[in-house]
Amino acid sequence: MSEKPKYHALKVDAEKCFGCTHCMQICPTEAIRIVNGIAVIDDERCVDCGNCLRACPVDAFYVVHDELDQIESYKYRVVLFPSVFIGQFSEIYSEGRIYEALLKLGFTHIFEVEQPVEWLIESVKESRKEVKEGPLISSFCPAVVRLIQCKYPSLAGNISPRKAPHDLAAHFAIQQLKKQGAAENEIGIFYVSPCSAKMAAVNQPVAERESIVTGIINMKDLYNRIMKLIPAKEYTDTSDFRKYLSREGILWSLPRGESSWFRKKSMAIDGIHNVVKFLERLENDEVPEFDFLELKSCNQGCAGGILLTGNRFLTVERLQKRAAGYPRASQVNTGGFDKEAIKRRLITEKIKPKPVFVLDENRTRALEKMQKINNILCQLPGIDCGGCGAPNCHALAEDIVQGKGRMTDCVFLQKKYVKEQKLKSEKAYKNLEKIWGEKRFEADCNKKGGRNEGF
Amino acid sequence: MALELTFNIAGGDFSNAGKASSQIKKVLKQLNIDAKSIKRIVVAVYEAEVNVAAHAWEGEVKAIVDENEILIVVSDRGPGIENIKQAMQPGFSTASKEVREMGFGAGMGLSNIEKNTDELHIESQVGEGTTVTFRCYYS
Repeated sequence: MSEKPKYHALKVDAEKCFGCTHCMQICPTEAIRIVNGIAVIDDERCVDCGNCLRACPVDAFYVVHDELDQIESYKYRVVLFPSVFIGQFSEIYSEGRIYEALLKLGFTHIFEVEQPVEWLIESVKESRKEVKEGPLISSFCPAVVRLIQCKYPSLAGNISPRKAPHDLAAHFAIQQLKKQGAAENEIGIFYVSPCSAKMAAVNQPVAERESIVTGIINMKDLYNRIMKLIPAKEYTDTSDFRKYLSREGILWSLPRGESSWFRKKSMAIDGIHNVVKFLERLENDEVPEFDFLELKSCNQGCAGGILLTGNRFLTVERLQKRAAGYPRASQVNTGGFDKEAIKRRLITEKIKPKPVFVLDENRTRALEKMQKINNILCQLPGIDCGGCGAPNCHALAEDIVQGKGRMTDCVFLQKKYVKEQKLKSEKAYKNLEKIWGEKRFEADCNKKGGRNEGF
Repeated sequence: MALELTFNIAGGDFSNAGKASSQIKKVLKQLNIDAKSIKRIVVAVYEAEVNVAAHAWEGEVKAIVDENEILIVVSDRGPGIENIKQAMQPGFSTASKEVREMGFGAGMGLSNIEKNTDELHIESQVGEGTTVTFRCYYS
């Protein structure tokens, strides 16, 4: 119990949210319930994948981030961003112009996080032998790491105990600046995050004490600022900042970006629902043996990150073209730097399992609860309408045995109970108000809900 | 206090073999059973499911989940096993060429079940069917 509560970057704006259930239905860990007309996220279950934000028709989800003006307090202002940041801009903006706009914003040093990526590649490959049984699973995507910890605890030991590219780049940047005579307290490192999961992970690293980053910037926010500042042509040569960037680095966060250099028997999966299906099979031992698995929560990897602008496929396309113009990671000359010192810092403790779906620590009580759930399910309609404020009938049944819900939350059962005169219609109405909010039955043109994509 | 789960399996339906083991796994995870025991049980049930799909006409998996153990009864209507002792030998298989080409029928099914369970009992009537009963204690 001494552990800090799980930090999440995703929050719900109670003013905008009207409990439309889109987020609740899509959440891969059934972490959302509607209470008093608003989506409420269960902190233990949430893995920060951001699918709720993506599904919300009224932009009620937002991510907590730091303000850009805090960079002013540092002499050396380093911006770290993943390569997908460049990929989201239209091709008419050269990378040089984007870099120049970043300098205009006040940053003094610019680092794409995937450099010098050869060191991380070596380190991840070395971690293979630290996993005794089954595949090595990449620790790159923090939503996947958290998903495994809470839903597939038996696989937690398979996650590579290595840090992410942003840690690599942060340590590299610090080493480089110190060489130039900078003192550590003069350096401010600002990480531009493509998603809520990275934000949460950078703020609260899974297996470390504290984060190396000074501040976290929302990528969407930065994109908008850059678009305002971007110069018409390149005036300064910024190519020095990209000296250690490689093909593998640029492609790292895209599908197959890791499995392609790991080689051996490796496979890449993107999309959290695809990842869930595969992990179920992996846990059952129903898949062939793999040396390495790259699992990414967003479709098209980080190109599909929730804080990116533009179409994910276009981003992939641009990055692939861009990567072709860069050398291989092994050809990048990193002479003069202390590689071993940084490699030591890339190692983390083993990832610990944190199961949250256990019904009860006590097996007898868990079994009783399981039986009750099955009995309750016989009474529920099985249409998973979400009218009770839970994502499906099964989730409501679980909530009921855990004391977080009641049979009368079900809109079907309410009708039945009223007809059988077990429940007064006034009481039934009040019940619905508890879930959906007091003014729920009033006419309100703002709560139209969403439609299928394409409409 | 025990929880009973039942699943039907159709002969030849390899694509659905694995449903019972998968469902049983989900229940055991929620009951806070240790991962090692779950793995043993899931592997044993999966092998039994594949056996029904590969050899029998139809069958049923029944799981009785208790506080300290799980009892699985897999019964099928099918050709039966002529020589159970021989069938238990690792590598012995009567699977058809088609089944082998699908990647099943390597003759490890029953021996793998035996390896992963604490008690195993097989009853069979040639031409009628087979009932495989096994028990696993959680560690």
